[in-house]
Amino acid sequence: MLVTRRVEFSASHVCRNPQLPEAENRALFGAAANPHGHGHNYVLEVTVEGLPDPVTGMVLDLKALKDTMQREVVEIYDHRFLNREVAPFDRVIPTPENIAIDIWDRLRPHLNGPRGRLYNVRIYETPDLYVDYTGGAA
Amino acid sequence: MMRVTRKYRFAASHRLHAPTLGDAENRALYGKCNNPYGHGHNYEIAVTVRGPVEARSGRVVDPALLDGLVRRQVIEPFDHRNLNTEVEAFCAVVPTSENLGREVVRRLKQNWPVVFPADGPQLERIAIAETSRNAFEVTADEIE
Repeated sequence: MLVTRRVEFSASHVCRNPQLPEAENRALFGAAANPHGHGHNYVLEVTVEGLPDPVTGMVLDLKALKDTMQREVVEIYDHRFLNREVAPFDRVIPTPENIAIDIWDRLRPHLNGPRGRLYNVRIYETPDLYVDYTGGAA
Repeated sequence: MMRVTRKYRFAASHRLHAPTLGDAENRALYGKCNNPYGHGHNYEIAVTVRGPVEARSGRVVDPALLDGLVRRQVIEPFDHRNLNTEVEAFCAVVPTSENLGREVVRRLKQNWPVVFPADGPQLERIAIAETSRNAFEVTADEIE
């Protein structure tokens, strides 16, 4: 059984590879390479897998999942300039793919028990663009 | 595994009518979708791509390349068209969402190797929604 919880945060970022010249960054990332940054209202959907506890009827305590997402992700990402304020994005390009990997790494240690294991991280950069990461080699 | 999904929209008209069935049968089968003059929808398609995250860009797929492929292969030929009369694939095939979804996958697969290298991003599936109340998914493997 899969259980999904959604949360939103807002943050700014710049997508550019410092090892590439300006023109190549522009070609690769378009407007997202603007060095001053720009922002998004991100939507994060965390999906956990597990079997319902026979006593509680729940896979896991949703309030606990909400608190974990708040503490491990939202409090760190929300209203921040990711490249400057949130590691590892001082050296990793904060594309939605890399954001999904970072969120997975932050949540996995807390969602690894018999009562609910992290299954998928979905991050919407806009309503028309999202990535799904289920762990492993990316 | 990393998957990227991007959504696109187009508006088109169609009529559901199976040429091998009689008028009464078509009426019973498709209801108001069989109205001889046709009707339209705001279609939404979600294209899902999987692949490795490229170290150089931190991305699975360049959205501009994907947008260009979808625009040329699907949006431009379908948008503000009568699918039955203006898209060849639907002259003989009923333009249900099921058949439309298969045609979208066929068109994307056809030109995929022109845009993306063999070891690059792969088309995994598309989802097509005629209205916000229904959705149809077609995986790339289902289509030749």
